[in-house]
This record gives sequence, structure tokens and C-alpha cells, in this order.
Amino acid sequence: MSDETTTTAAKKPAGRKKFELDPRLAAYQGVWVFIELERGAVHPVSWELLGEGRKLADKLAVELAGVVLGTTASGTRAACEQAFHYGADLCYVIEDPVLENYRNEPYTGGLTNLVQTYQPEILLLGATTLGRDLAGSVATTLQTGLTADCTELNIDMENRSLAATRPTFGGSLLCTIVTLNYRPQMATVRPRVMHMPERNPLRSGRIVPHTLALIESDIITKVLDYIPDNLQEKPQLPFADIIVAGGRGLKRKDNFNLIWELAKVLGAEVGASRPVVQAGWVDLERQVGQSGKTVRPKLYIAAGISGAIQHRVGMESSDVIIAINEDPNAPIFDFATYGIVGNAMVILPALTETFRQQLAVTKIAV
Amino acid sequence: MHIVVCIKQVPDSAQIRVHPVTNTIMRQGVPAIINPYDLASLEEALRLKDKLGGRVTVLCMGPPQAESALRKALSFGADEAILVTDRAFAGSDTLATSFALASAITQIQKDMPVDIVFTGKQTIDGDTAQVGPGIAKRLGLQLLTYVSKIDGVDLDKGEIVVQRRAEGGAQVLRTRLPCLITTIEGINDIRFATMPNMFRAARYALKTWDAKTAGVEDLTKVGLKGSPTIVSKVFAPQTKAQKAELIDSEGRKPRDLALTLVTKLFTRHPKLRDEINSRAL
Repeated sequence: MSDETTTTAAKKPAGRKKFELDPRLAAYQGVWVFIELERGAVHPVSWELLGEGRKLADKLAVELAGVVLGTTASGTRAACEQAFHYGADLCYVIEDPVLENYRNEPYTGGLTNLVQTYQPEILLLGATTLGRDLAGSVATTLQTGLTADCTELNIDMENRSLAATRPTFGGSLLCTIVTLNYRPQMATVRPRVMHMPERNPLRSGRIVPHTLALIESDIITKVLDYIPDNLQEKPQLPFADIIVAGGRGLKRKDNFNLIWELAKVLGAEVGASRPVVQAGWVDLERQVGQSGKTVRPKLYIAAGISGAIQHRVGMESSDVIIAINEDPNAPIFDFATYGIVGNAMVILPALTETFRQQLAVTKIAV
Repeated sequence: MHIVVCIKQVPDSAQIRVHPVTNTIMRQGVPAIINPYDLASLEEALRLKDKLGGRVTVLCMGPPQAESALRKALSFGADEAILVTDRAFAGSDTLATSFALASAITQIQKDMPVDIVFTGKQTIDGDTAQVGPGIAKRLGLQLLTYVSKIDGVDLDKGEIVVQRRAEGGAQVLRTRLPCLITTIEGINDIRFATMPNMFRAARYALKTWDAKTAGVEDLTKVGLKGSPTIVSKVFAPQTKAQKAELIDSEGRKPRDLALTLVTKLFTRHPKLRDEINSRAL
């Protein structure tokens, strides 16, 4: 993977190496990010992707575009404005009543048609339930390559291709995947994998409206209802600032209460490793790792978690990691910030009590 | 009704180890299992069959050893099993895989029309979640991903109502059959294999299809040739050089350890202290 910085010879970045992109492929230009607007709100992963997309577009010396599908009432124009603030140069917008709720058919139709009309070389989507549903459908319709759950995106300046790196085999290995002879090059990225870019409210951009050649009676799937989650029951791990997580080292389901108690004192979310979720101690939504959520809190406390790679890939971007484990050779101590070698069942209550007292002292001091 | 369930045989990723020197996957001794996410779909399919009658066909693309995954599925109660196996499929990415499976399903349709195709939400080895949508698009099936509940199937009207996971809630969707469903995990438990089904699974004459039998005429659409994505590099994750600062626990009481840790944390990360202070009860 080349790390060359952008040169002024932008149109032919590798010209000196006599590299000529097939004209059929060269017709595709620009980096696109699908802006996931649902129920009036944009999923933050879209902004994270714009941050990444900006870097790719700068390397290629092309424009960065957001793609917004929805209805005017659902806030398409506001989403465009925000996309400009997060780095987009322009936004392609389709506003149509049939796009009120996400449905595979009209969204696939709309996005596919935009790609065929304006021909971007790269198209990025969030690896959310919506993004994955859409990405797989669009890539198949366009017969192009799609790389899922990337953790790093780069441009190989030798051939102007997207080098998409992703974990494989449960995170034990990483592989870099390229799509050389097909356009657009598509990739999805999970929420919280990339940094949230700085927002610049002074940035602005162009809006390119597009129309959808679909009417409601053409669309077979109907949305009958939407049942919102009880937010208290559905944890929002990916965006939590503090997470206390427990693993198999806690031995029994009852002992997992120690995690809940510490979390309560810290106002934290509760996370868990895969074995604990599989044993049914906690809800699946709380699983952190390759087959669970990716998190990047300011503080991550891991108790009784060995730190196997499957877990590590989901949480190693945390700012501060505290690890409590009986085994001094547990891999978690290789990447945690602080570690206590000891029995989590004994350390956790002590930690809860200490935090409680310390916080009480500060409260009084204030 | 006729339901096709696509399953994949995968190495149990929880037991995979990487060779520390060569950075290659050590498959030896790692058991091959049915992708756990596929089991949730298989169980949903079997429940629909229990309720509405019909046939459940399991379909698997993979090497000849994948036969054991299909026999396992038969032991749970699937009626028919087809293994699609051909050297021409080696190296297929998700686009090529969906082409091969869609072709095979088209062949299956000739025997009995298919009402629902199930896949798992993703596999535990590839984790892409792309093959299900791919098959749906190729066959022109309505796509219902991340289904958490099947509310009802009306065979007379040819309609199905499901709940689908969305951000922050569940969509209730009604669509027309045939459709393709991917289910989320945790919505059911796979049933136990019954004795009669186990005997039947062992004796069952498995259908093994090569590319041609599976209806794949154009071999440039499968395998490496039919795969737009190319793996250009495989490498081990970089290990962070810095190890954890261990709180010396030799002969010390848990309370002392906790205090040392919290003091260190709050002194070195004052912002974190403020953060916790602002939110904690």
C-alpha cells in the first residue's frame, strides 16, 4: 500500500510510472459517501465516513460527494448542509415520497441510478443494518466489488485503486482488498471505527437534485409500522463514553452483577465478551468485538476478559483501558493502559466502592 | 410451501489460531461447523414448515467435506439437501458466490417453485452479510434482511409480514412471496435432532451438483474470474508496543489496589474525572 501524499499531477497521479487506467474505468471519478438519513436523523457513521472520504478524495484530487435519499420533510436539505460541514463538496439528493422510510427496493433503485448517471470511482456506506442491506444490493445490481467492515481505507497511487483493509477470521488476520477492474469500488465501515471529523459550520457546497423513476404502486414491500426500541433496554454501546465490560473470568452469571454495580456508579454502559453473551448472561446487544459492536469510549474497564483478538478488535481504540484479570499472561495486558492482576470478583467491589467515595468527595468539594 | 435455506460450513472462528511466525491460519484441529447464524434461519424455516407444511431444502456451496454440514441440517429436519461443489468455484468472492447460489436455486425451482429463501445474516468467517442481498437481487426476490420475527405468512395471498431490525427500532414490513429472508441471531434455538431424522440424515442420498448441474454455464462468472474483489495482502494486526502499566498487587488489599488505580486514573486523566463526575449518580 502506497503512502504517497497528493501531488500536483493529480489527474495522472502515477503518470511517471506509465500507468494508464482503462478509459472505461477512468470515466468514473469522485468519492461518494451514502448519508444514512432515517427517521429524521443522520446516522453518525455517515460523518465518520465523510472524514475518511475527504482524505481519499484529496489523495485522488477529486470531489467528495454525499448522497442523500429521503423526503423533504425528513430533513434531506439539513442533512446536505451538515454533510458540507463535515467535508462534502456537493450532495446528490433524491427527494421522493416513496423514500419516506428505508426500503430496499426504492433505495437500491435510487442509488444505483445515481451511480450509473454520475459514475463515482468510490462509494462508501456505513456497515449498519440499513447500509449493509443497501450496499449488498447495489453492488450486485452494478456487478462490482464490495468490501465489508473495513478498518482502514487508503489509495494505492500506483493504480489509483481503493485499498480496503478489513479483519478476517474473527480478527486474527487483516487483509487488504482491491477492486481493480470494476467501478465503483464499494466499501462499508462499521460505526465508531473511523474518527469523527471536525465540523466546520462555514463550509458549504452544491446540491445536485435527481429524480426517482418509481411510484408507490411499483414497490412491492410496504412499511406497516415502526416499533421503537425501549431505549432503556437497548444499550447504545458504540457511542458510550464509559463502558464496563465483563467476561468469562467472572465464572458465574450472578457475579456479572458486579459489572452492573460499577457501571451504575460510573454512569457507564455495560459490555460483554462473546462467551458471556453466548452463555446468556447478558443481551446480545452488549457484545463487544468482531462479531459484536465496535466501541471507542473514553474509558473501558475489562474485568475477567482475556483480550482475545475477537474482543480486542472491537475495543482497542478506547482512550483508556483498565484490565482486571487473574492471568498475568492474558493478552489484554498487552494493550491495556492500566492493569490489575487479580480476581475480578474481589477487585470489582473494591473498585466500585473507591469510585463511589472519590466521586462523593469531589461532589462535596464542588 | 417450498423453502430453501442456504448454509455455509465454516471453521469455528472461536478456535482459530494464527501461527505466530508464519502468520497463517492454523486450521488443523479446528472443527468445521454450520455457520451459527444460518441455524437461526434453518430453525425459522422448519417452524414455518411445521405450521404450514411443505418442504425445506438446504443448499450449501463448498468443498466435498461440507457434506457433513448438510447431513447435520437434515438431522434437524430438513427434507432435501444439495451440495454445490466444483473446483471452478474456488476463490469466489461474495458477488461470484451469490451468482452460483442463485443459479442453483433456479435449478431447484424447476423441481418445485420456491416461496422463501433463507440465509444467515452473515457468516462468522467472512462477516460480509453480502451474499443474501446478492442472491435476492439476482433472482428478483423481495429482500428482508435482519428479520427478528415472522409475524405471519398468508399462502393464499402470497404475502408475508415480518419485523425487521432497523436503527433504534423494528420495521414491520409486508411483502409478496417469493422473498429472501436473513434472520438475526437469538430469535430462536435450533431444535434437537430426533432419532428418526438422524437415521434419515445418515442414509440420505445427498445431491451433489457441479457447476454445470447447478446451472452455471458461464464459468467466468464464478471463482477468481468472477470476483471483482482481489485480496492483495494478508497480514497480522500490528501489536501495540506499549504494555499495560500494572498496579503492583503483591500482598496488597483489594481496597489499596483500587485506590491506587483510581488516584492514578484521575490524576493522569483529569478530563475523565470531570466526565465521570458530570454523569455519575
